[in-house]
Amino acid sequence: MKYALFLGCTIPVRGQNYEMSARAVAKVLDIGLVDLDDFSCCGFPVKATDRHDTTVMAARNLAIAAAEGLDIATLCNACTGVLTETEKELAGNEALRNEVNAELKKIGREYKPGVKVKHFSRILYEDVGLDKLKDKVTRDLGALSFSAHYGCHYLRPKEIYECFDDAENPHTLDELIRVTGAKSVDYMGKLDCCGGAILGVDEGIALRMAKNKLDSVTANKVDALVTICPFCTIMYEDNQKKIEAKYECYYGLPTLYYPQLLGLAFGLDRKSLGFRLNKVKPDDLLAKIGVE
Amino acid sequence: MIDSKKLDPHFKFEVAKEMGKVNVTRCFACGTCTAGCPVRVIDSKYNPRKIIRMVLLGMREEVLSSDFIWLCSTCYTCYDRCPQDVMLTSLMTTLRNIAVREGHVHPAFKEQARLVGSFGRLYEVEDFDNKKREKMGLPPVKKIHDEVVKLLEHDAKKEAES
Ligand code: SF4
Ligand code: SF4
Repeated sequence: MKYALFLGCTIPVRGQNYEMSARAVAKVLDIGLVDLDDFSCCGFPVKATDRHDTTVMAARNLAIAAAEGLDIATLCNACTGVLTETEKELAGNEALRNEVNAELKKIGREYKPGVKVKHFSRILYEDVGLDKLKDKVTRDLGALSFSAHYGCHYLRPKEIYECFDDAENPHTLDELIRVTGAKSVDYMGKLDCCGGAILGVDEGIALRMAKNKLDSVTANKVDALVTICPFCTIMYEDNQKKIEAKYECYYGLPTLYYPQLLGLAFGLDRKSLGFRLNKVKPDDLLAKIGVE
Repeated sequence: MIDSKKLDPHFKFEVAKEMGKVNVTRCFACGTCTAGCPVRVIDSKYNPRKIIRMVLLGMREEVLSSDFIWLCSTCYTCYDRCPQDVMLTSLMTTLRNIAVREGHVHPAFKEQARLVGSFGRLYEVEDFDNKKREKMGLPPVKKIHDEVVKLLEHDAKKEAES
């Protein structure tokens, strides 16, 4: 099993704990993650201004993976959405493909259909499978309970994701949590958006969107929220203090990237999973399972 | 108040052409989009069904210069649930793209486009970042993607002209 690892913009500078833990669990599972230096921004951030620019940027990234004969593993939901959508769009539309390739020719690249794009969590669920994950579990997380936040672009639009999960009632991340022995606790508003995409447009609305979820998740007294996208984490973890100050409330809710949780179950140490970078310190949670 | 003199009956076709799909005219105003919209829950000034109505009525200027077209969080909830397959999330992107060409770009997105056009990434990567990555045992990332800068050059030129 081998993929080109697509990091995107945010993870390599603001979500290194996600990257470290993903690489660490991939190693345990013998998933080859190849770094391709030329991968740039996926194209999502320019979609609002010029959708065609997004298509060209995504096509360029797909062309880079195709040239190496590799499928793509993504960690960010927005990258997953844009790259998957573009691959489907270009594969099914020859006129657009020719137009895009005329532009890519300027930089000596060519898009060819056929690269599969998959979120790392989906790879764990579909390609590795729960049984194999379970085989590698060496640390008992039975004392812990989590709530899953999937994030919009991991599930929707469902037509581009072959309905690998149920977009209205998702279960894959919950199952990935349970395979570690921990509990996955349902909550109100599970499908709700983090608001990250409009943080720069209207901070007040975006923070309220994040607050609603923090309220709902903490009502159940879980040990942490589990995310699989750096934008969602920025909303729930990086902005948690800001929300607490603005609304005079307190959450103290740690946010873990799923591979950090899986890594704990695999018996990996705190350092290799990048826990130092978690802004809401998960010390209590780690103490419960005896991790120093 | 709707000023019928200001309506542009062609607007919906302009939008459909840019989207490459005619789905917008299929809307039967059921309100499923508005009912499930996470932004609408927080602030009722944002109302996707109303935006569709405004497009269909031809309120071109009002839609393109509005602040609400920038409020869609692109969550795709309405996109998946709409019984008429209006593809509202794509429609919102289309409205934004047209608005940008008419000089109505929201500063947050303008800045994102500038960063991506200058570096091929959303954040400028400094040597400091790569040193930090090295300490964590992570490979360095490229600071500037010249190929992307070249592909997006046309935007920078347009911006300089305006
Ligand atoms: S859900 Fe679809 S058909 Fe119903 S009002 Fe919204 S856009 Fe129109
Ligand atoms: S995609 Fe935009 S309009 Fe549709 S439900 Fe989400 S935020 Fe609302």
